[in-house]
Amino acid sequence: MSATQLPQAQLASGGKLRDPDFSSRVFWLVLAILLLWPLGVATEFRPWVLWEPDNRKVTLDFLASFWPLVYDAEFMRMVARETWRTVAMATAGVTLALVLAVPMCLMATRVLSLSALSGRMNRWPAVMRWFVRATLIVLRSIPELVWALVFVRVVGLGPTAGVLAIALTYGGMLGKVYAEILESGESHATHTLMRNGSGRLQAFVYALLPSHAAELASYTVYRWECAIRSSVVLGFVGAGGLGQQLDNSMKMFNGGEVATLLLVFIALVALADHVSAWLRRALS
Amino acid sequence: MMPTRDAANPPYKLPPPLFDARCRACWFTLALLVLVIASFVSLDLDWASFASLEAGRSMYRFMAEFFPPDISPKFVSKVVSAAWETLAMSALGTIMAAVLGLALAVPASRMSKQDAAWLRSPTRWLLNALRAIPELVWAALLLISAGLGPMAGTLALALHTSGVLGRLFAEAMENIPTGPGDALRTQGVGPLRVFAYATLPQVLPQLMSYTLYRWENNIRAAAVLGVVGAGGLGQMLSFNMGLFLMNKTATILGAMLLMVACVDVLSFALRRWLNR
Repeated sequence: MSATQLPQAQLASGGKLRDPDFSSRVFWLVLAILLLWPLGVATEFRPWVLWEPDNRKVTLDFLASFWPLVYDAEFMRMVARETWRTVAMATAGVTLALVLAVPMCLMATRVLSLSALSGRMNRWPAVMRWFVRATLIVLRSIPELVWALVFVRVVGLGPTAGVLAIALTYGGMLGKVYAEILESGESHATHTLMRNGSGRLQAFVYALLPSHAAELASYTVYRWECAIRSSVVLGFVGAGGLGQQLDNSMKMFNGGEVATLLLVFIALVALADHVSAWLRRALS
Repeated sequence: MMPTRDAANPPYKLPPPLFDARCRACWFTLALLVLVIASFVSLDLDWASFASLEAGRSMYRFMAEFFPPDISPKFVSKVVSAAWETLAMSALGTIMAAVLGLALAVPASRMSKQDAAWLRSPTRWLLNALRAIPELVWAALLLISAGLGPMAGTLALALHTSGVLGRLFAEAMENIPTGPGDALRTQGVGPLRVFAYATLPQVLPQLMSYTLYRWENNIRAAAVLGVVGAGGLGQMLSFNMGLFLMNKTATILGAMLLMVACVDVLSFALRRWLNR
């Protein structure tokens, strides 16, 4: 039936299909362009610049130099060493972050408060918890790259700055999320232990930790994976590892080395991704 | 006959030995310990210079130089315009990423059982590569063709985020109920119109929420992207830090913190309002 109606409707509107939503579509399109315009101005967004003869030549020359890849023995030894340094920086950073995060999350968790067992928490413990939480949030919200810039000034170029940067930012992140995880679950067992006179650390080890261990561990593994990604980025400000080599090769316009390093980096991220996914599956 | 008496501590109730070759958790813990120790040993970490009195003093001097932050109106207005540039970079980058991600998600997903989806794995490889390279590395690469400035940063955000969003979009499209699409397909409707009238309306809310979530991430990323010269607050930060203008650096750091905190509070409020 609709098949016979359609031509008639077409005839009625002068042989063309009419879009019933036409005016509203035009209105939203114009509005979107008007809203996007200032964004384009602010970001100096002129994509045709990419295609100007000078830029185009530089870009194409650089891309052409990607092939052949550089893979002589000496370079590959260096790549292997720097890859290990990247992983080691992430691992050491996350370990130090744990040293920071675990005590702070114990201090910040409301479930482990003795005074909150009966009614409201006392004033000073509440203030202390609020203060620890605020510290964690501040640590977390300064990006690791900024920490690294600061530490490179203090301890000089090298992995120490990178490890400290990861430790501080990830300490904040892990501490905050640990406290949230510990508060999210069932607190009955913990409270029962504390009501019957166990210490807070005992209640944590025998009741709170076992019921949240898998979740905590899986979040830590996920953050370790993220730390590997960010330790590459930290190399760009002089913290060593793959990022620094990539920066050097890019500055020398050595396309072959850049391509090799990028491929190694993609492989490393994929590997960390798989290991982390496998570990988290094994944990749950 | 009398049942045999159990031993005082039957063997199965004894605590297990600390290490057992068949225990996966033991091997895992051992591997973890080895990894951590090897990391600390192999990195020539310079604790001496960090923990020494001299380093403490230089750290103190360094921190003291931050004060007082430069809050002259002229400089603050420059910081505000850099913050706006950062915000614009993140917004434009995310919008472009959503468009590009959607364009890549369509070939990367199998729309129906009959769909051969030849391009599925090559497109997924492309998405993984886009995603694996961080924004900052993309920005450093793009500086070569786009020159210093916020455009390189915007394009870098767009490329990395399109990898992330493309993969999420593809997963979303593969996980919707196939009923509406099948109903259209059995009537002989072509793939383009099936996509527009059956697939897209079903996944659109999810696509929007993924995009908003990534925008939140990108604001944070855009703030530091400038460190390699790609515009926004980060470029100002590395410029002023390079010249040891610590008072100005302090203002920029404050602006960064404020911006990140605002985004956190807004997104928290928005999520609470949406989940109500």
